[in-house]
Amino acid sequence: MSKTAWKGIGANLLKILLLLFAVSLITFILVELSPIDAVSSYIGESDVSDAQRARIAEYWGLNDPPATRYVKWITNILHGDMGTSMIYRQPVIKVIGERFQLSLILMTISWIVSGLFGLLLGVVAAVKQGRPADKVIKVYCLLLESSPAFWIGIVLLLFFAVYLDLLPMGLAAPIGTPLSEATMGQRIYHLILPALALSLTGISKIALQTREKMIQVLESDYALFARTRGERVWTIVRRHGLRNILLPFITLQFGSISELFGGSVLAESVFTYPGLGEATVQSGLKGDIPLFLGIALFSALFVFCGNLIANILYAVVDPRIREGGRIE
Amino acid sequence: MTKTLVQTKGRLRNRRSKTILIVTAALAVLVILTVAGMTMNPERYATNFSEKNLPPSASHLFGTDWMGRDMFMRTIKGLSTSIYIGLLASVVTSVVALFLGVLAGTVGRWATTAFNWAVDLFMGVPHLILLILISVLVGRGARGVMIGVIATHWCPLGRIVQAEIMSLKNSQYVQASMRMGKSKWWIAMRHMLPHVIPQFVVGLVLMFPHAIMHEASITFLGFGLPAEQPAIGVILSESMKYLTTGMWWLALLPGLCLLGNDLSRINLPLQNFLEG
Repeated sequence: MSKTAWKGIGANLLKILLLLFAVSLITFILVELSPIDAVSSYIGESDVSDAQRARIAEYWGLNDPPATRYVKWITNILHGDMGTSMIYRQPVIKVIGERFQLSLILMTISWIVSGLFGLLLGVVAAVKQGRPADKVIKVYCLLLESSPAFWIGIVLLLFFAVYLDLLPMGLAAPIGTPLSEATMGQRIYHLILPALALSLTGISKIALQTREKMIQVLESDYALFARTRGERVWTIVRRHGLRNILLPFITLQFGSISELFGGSVLAESVFTYPGLGEATVQSGLKGDIPLFLGIALFSALFVFCGNLIANILYAVVDPRIREGGRIE
Repeated sequence: MTKTLVQTKGRLRNRRSKTILIVTAALAVLVILTVAGMTMNPERYATNFSEKNLPPSASHLFGTDWMGRDMFMRTIKGLSTSIYIGLLASVVTSVVALFLGVLAGTVGRWATTAFNWAVDLFMGVPHLILLILISVLVGRGARGVMIGVIATHWCPLGRIVQAEIMSLKNSQYVQASMRMGKSKWWIAMRHMLPHVIPQFVVGLVLMFPHAIMHEASITFLGFGLPAEQPAIGVILSESMKYLTTGMWWLALLPGLCLLGNDLSRINLPLQNFLEG
């Protein structure tokens, strides 16, 4: 890669840092404005006297002005301490770390499956444009795109878990077995449905967009010229099509990370899969501020990293950028 | 030669009238659903313990739940709420996007930079997280959902509008108008806005199902509309508890209706309609 390309990546990293800072500030202000009472969410259901409440507030430093608390929070994060989760009674960083492992497996599988199938369906639909295969794929994609992710999950549950009784209702391991003791097979067995639900929702967007781009390529002058030279359609797809749709595909695939994260929150809550998404919902419902702030920041970091990788991949894939163009 | 010309013209007119037909039909369905839901007598989906857990039948199309409430009526009522919220949210969002996009494109360099930063920021945090955050902040309920949808959905359309304005800026007629001493506001209103309107309408229609889907999702998770309101999200989240007992109708049918509702978005023909 050329010097300019590296410079572009550097500028990108700087931008990510600034954006993360902005995200932390805005989420902090939003939470500060919210009616959540940190002390009540800490003590939960138990009965506590006013004096004890005051002591708890003192202990957590809740009496300091917001600005002081923000600076303290940020400094602690820079030292690797994101505070303590109030509902799990564990350091936030540990909760996120443990749960993110589970979510990451789920998201990675769905990301790859939906990317590959989306690409495949899109290319087939474009090549068979206007014919039955195209119409079937289009209707299928429109149907999927119009149905909410969590409902697809519920329908899958109804069919595979309740009606056929083939797959488990939820969780990441059999009931009563701690996750650390579950076998590989058991874990895969519990992953199938959530991963399927999450992949299904991702496919349609990628397929429809790929179809659009591929049709543009196939209608271009160079594709026509290739055809007059006697190349077959699939050869044209391989030699001209895939190369030309690669850039928009990368944009789309990495751009889908944000939606994937949101989708995993829904899928995990349908399948009671104990990942980061489930923790997000719990922390929001029960007002666990440190955990929620941590997750918001972490999810932003995750999305920004996806964008960064996409930018680097552009430089790897596209010779024009590799040779010193600007990275947008 | 003339024959083919006439033929193409005929086909075009056909497509146009077909589009009008589809649009009208879809709109009619939406209006009927909304009106039916809004004017519905709450008695129709009241609890009735003598008729609980019934599978779908002629008298209860979608069956009843564990409190004997008629699921068909609850679904219609829920859809009507969803349409109402979705419509309001997507109209406000589109106007916000249009306003911000035009502002970013006309005021100056710093406005463009600020706009791009804001878009990056809002696109950086996953929508669902932001939605949860906002609805916790505003207090759960329809208002929180609506503000959340507006805050998360203005980015793509705003960016399209801004790009369009930027490219219009370099066009000859805008340049000429500027040299003739017209104000920025005048140029934006007279020369730029009319070009952006088609994108605005398409963006609005595309946003509608998104807004509804996000409303249902956030309600499903427990952050949106309150549990006593008949909303699709509430119905589906309640149905989760009864899946294992074989009460499939509680989840399947209301969800199908939401799907059908989203499908009525008619986006594909609408584009042709506006352009031709």
